[in-house]
This record gives sequence, C-alpha cells and structure tokens, in this order.
Amino acid sequence: MRFAIKVLAIISLLTCGGTQGVTQASNDGPLQIEINEGIIQLFPIAAPQFIAESASASKWAKDITDLILSNLDRTGLFEIVPENSHIGKITNFDSPIQFSDWKAINVDVLLTGSVSLSSDGNLVVKFRLHDVFAQSSLGQGVQYRGQANNWRRLAHTISDEVYSRITGEGKYFDTRIAFISEFGPKTDRAKRLTIMDYDGANVRYLTDGDDLVLAPRFSPDGDELIYTSYQTGKPSVYRLNLRNGQSNRVLQTPDMTFSPRFSPDGKRVIFSRTTKGNTDIFETNLTTKESRRVTRNRAIDTAPSYSPDGTKITFESDRSGSPQIYTMSLNDGKISRISFRNGNYGTPVWSPRGDFIAFTKQLGSSFHVGVMLADGTEERLLSRSFLDEGPTWAPNGRVLLFFREEPGESGGPSLYSVDVTGRNLKKLKTPNFASDPSWSPLR
Amino acid sequence: MRLLRVLSVIVCVLLVAGCGENTVTRGNTVSNTGGSGSSDDRFTGMDDGVIETDSEFAYFSKEYFNYEIGDRVFFALNESALSEDAKDILTEQADWLLRNPDSTVIIEGHADERGTREYNLALGARRSEAVRTFLLQQGVGAVRMSTVSFGKERPFAACSDETCWSKNRRVVTQIEEITGS
Repeated sequence: MRFAIKVLAIISLLTCGGTQGVTQASNDGPLQIEINEGIIQLFPIAAPQFIAESASASKWAKDITDLILSNLDRTGLFEIVPENSHIGKITNFDSPIQFSDWKAINVDVLLTGSVSLSSDGNLVVKFRLHDVFAQSSLGQGVQYRGQANNWRRLAHTISDEVYSRITGEGKYFDTRIAFISEFGPKTDRAKRLTIMDYDGANVRYLTDGDDLVLAPRFSPDGDELIYTSYQTGKPSVYRLNLRNGQSNRVLQTPDMTFSPRFSPDGKRVIFSRTTKGNTDIFETNLTTKESRRVTRNRAIDTAPSYSPDGTKITFESDRSGSPQIYTMSLNDGKISRISFRNGNYGTPVWSPRGDFIAFTKQLGSSFHVGVMLADGTEERLLSRSFLDEGPTWAPNGRVLLFFREEPGESGGPSLYSVDVTGRNLKKLKTPNFASDPSWSPLR
Repeated sequence: MRLLRVLSVIVCVLLVAGCGENTVTRGNTVSNTGGSGSSDDRFTGMDDGVIETDSEFAYFSKEYFNYEIGDRVFFALNESALSEDAKDILTEQADWLLRNPDSTVIIEGHADERGTREYNLALGARRSEAVRTFLLQQGVGAVRMSTVSFGKERPFAACSDETCWSKNRRVVTQIEEITGS
C-alpha cells in the first residue's frame, strides 16, 4: 500500500518530537492519512456522482454525492479530483472498476455509490471505497436506507464511514452544534439558544430571545442541553430536553449558578455557584438532586469540565492572582495547576480522547484557542485574534469549534473550526452572530 | 450640585393621600413625605423632611440618584476593590438610601469584554458583592439589596478600546422601588 499515511496520531507525534515523513505501511494495515504539523500532503480522492438507479433518484444521487464531497473537502485533508478530469466512467455500481483509469489521474481512493428509491419511498444508498493502487476494495460495501427527507444524514453517515476508513480517525460529520444566536446592538444583545447540523443546515431556535441565555452544552447522549438562563433575573442552570422541548431548572437556589457541563455518564452536572460574591464549583447528582461543593476557595473557581472517564475535572481559577487552569482529582481532591506560561487562561475542556485540554488564552492584546496535554506540557496555540474563546471538541477529538468576536460597535461573534494541529481554520455559516458552540456526540 | 439641606418638617396629616410622593416646588425645593423609617434608617424621625438641592431633579427621585449622585462605580482591570472615588459615590448612595428607607436596589456587576464569559460572570459577582458590602457597612439593610452579575453581557459602551472598557467595568445600583407598598 502506497499511502503511508500522513496522519500520525497526535499523541505519538508529540512524544516523538514531530517525526516527519512516511511511515512504513504494512500490507494489511488500514489505509491512513498522516496528519502532522508540517506540510500536509492532500489525499487525492475521486467520487463520481453516485449512480441513480431510477430517474426519480437522480436528484438525490447528485445532492448526496455533493454533500459527501463537501464534507470531505472541509476536512482539509483531501484533494477532490474533479469529475471533468475523470477518464473512467462509472455507469453501473456493480461493474468491475478499471483501476488503470483512476491510477492515470493519480487518484488514491475511489468512492462509488448508487441511490435508489424503494417502493415505500425510502432512499437506499450504497457505496464502496476502492484502493486504486492495491486494486482492491477498502472495507465492505455498505447499504443505508432512510427517509428521503433525511438524505443529509445519509450523506453525513457515508462521509463518516469514508473519512474514518481512510484516516483511521473517529467519525464526526453526523453531529449537531448547539450555540447562541445573537441579535441587536452590542449594548443590548438578545440571545437565543440555537441548534443546527454540523455543516450549518437545519437551524432551529430553541428559545425566543426574551431571556438572556448562555453557553449550552450537550448531554453525552445528545438528547439534552444544559445551559444558563436569566429567566428569573439571575443566571441559573437549566436542562432542556431536545425531544419534548421541556426545560427545567437544575438547582433551586437564590445563588447565581452558571457554566454547567454534564458528566460523561450523564448522571451529574458540574457548574459554578456564587455565594456572597464568591464563585466555587459544585456538582449536582441529577438522580438524587443532591448537590455538593467541589472547591472551597476565596478565589474565583469557574468553567469546570470533566475528564472523559469522569474521575477528574479541569477548571479555571484566579487563586494564584490571575486566571489559570487547574486539574482536580474527584477521588482525593488533589488540585494541580497546569498552565504556567505567560498570559491568562480560561474555559478548559477535556478532549473526548482524554489526551488534550483545550483552552482560551489571553496574552497581551490577543486571545487564542489552544491545546495542552493534561499535565500542562506541549502547549500549542491554534488561533489568534482580537477575541477567540470557548473551544468545544468534535467527538473524535481531532477538530475544535470556538467563537471569534470582531471588535467594535458593529462587531459580533462567529463560529470557527480548526484542526487540533492548528490547520484548516474555517468560518462556519450561521444566519446571525453566533457564540458559545457545543459540539454534539455522534448521532 | 449635591447641596442638600433638610429644610423643615412637614406634618404628614396634610398629606395622607400623597404620602410617599414627591412634590416639586419652585426653586427646585423638594419635599418628600416618605413612609415610616425602617430600623436601619439613621434618619428616623426626619423622613418627612424637605431637601433642597440645586438639581433639576427631585432629591427623592430615581433620576436624582442616577444622575446627581451617580448610580455606578468603576473598577480597574480584573479588580473588585473599591477606589476612593467609588467609596465617595457609594457613601452618597447609602445616604440617599437611608433617607429613602422603603427603596430596594438591585446591584448589578459588570465586566469589560477582555475576559472569558465564565470568568467575567464571576468577576461581576465579586464586584457587586464589594458594593453590597460597602452599602451594608453604611447601614443599608441587607434585605433591601440583591446582587446579580451580567459579566460581559451588557456593556454600557460599545467600542473596543480602553475608553469603553473602563466604562464597562462597573457596578450599577439600580433603584427597584422608591417607596414600599
């Protein structure tokens, strides 16, 4: 296999001190792209429009193919070889592939597919991945069936399968983003809880804008959001069930509660609570409704996030005199500061892989989103602007979203994505100013 | 501007219907006939006084509090300590609140945009608590005050430089009610 992947797992990249070059591919190892911090070699892929098995399926065939290519293109890892340069034509999904036609135009992987409409009106989509140089299939052909109005999810699911087989990384296209839409002048912003597909489709507003709402976070099963609302006049943590639309206050208290996150098992919530002006971290068991104090300090302790195994948290505190990032074992309560470079640090959030902690950093007149290992080493800044803030991880731990606010009276926030390597910074399209993104788990 | 003088005592029996309202008289002399003083009121027994100011606003009006005394105090970057200027304003706020014993306030803490949302919420809370504690020390009853933080959610000035940020690092004492019911 020639594609000695250019995607090293990030951890090994870091610990190997940035080993470059092509790894020796074994005969039966997975086809992989090597993603590293240096020059990236884009991975050439061709995906001729999926075969429409009937005239009625042709619109779906085009839309699904286009969306898959758009997904792959957005990763910044692939070179999409355009259809007008294809020599070989795919006319039948089950016909043998003329690999020489694809080899001639330097395609490494070929994606073929077909779309048909079943008698009950469902879409049936099949696809195969072909390793052009090995002249063989790359994994099994797969067939998906779904309602026609769910065609985008079918396309995302196939994209995930293709991406995952080629890169060896986890899936992340069939996901959603919860965020805050912002309306009106900077001094009197209205904010609405909003949800959309990862690619910006299917935007839905979940609150009406009457109450200030902040920072939604998905539950681990993706069925709920936890967020902060000023419904009572003070910030309070609420849970919103995305299936039935019901919203409930998590803790009945006159104190301010904010910056909540679910535990990885979904049974607890960790958040900030302010008593007599002092903000500490508390945890509430959602089953028993019991609440317990996690930190006790005269400094500000805020923005808590669990480790993926639920045994530790990371949070932001100014107990040293400036905002810095700490980790804490929930077993023995041991607290360690992990940020030591110049600047203020905030909003730490543990990668779903458990390796990195992403954060916001303020250094001089700039804000950055960055990552560091959980022991504070290997700090890397991924972005820089007037105000970059609030990272959230894709479920595969490879891509982050954050928001970037433009300065000035007419300035406002937008959502951006960036690879954990710092490559492929992209602005997301949203209908309005958008902030506080949360990336859902895989659906 | 903040020339205050208790002029006289007005007999409340004349003002049963108008009890609790301000009457503006010529020369910006203001009479107030507030209700009975609460236990924390240093001016108990004087609440039927008339206070003369050279302001266009009646002393016991929300406008007088907001514009003549000043409804807000400002903070240094990432600080919640009260400056001497802030203490002067808060002393006058307390004075007003003590002469207006049925009023209640919401003390709103704010931060500039140069910090994370979560930190600024906590910082605004710390600032509002600093103001609440000072007013408490001046004798304003705890039950009359509540606090809330808006972090960086409600800037007063919209530009993105220090001229605006210094106006946004503030605590605003919002008069909720001037007279109790």
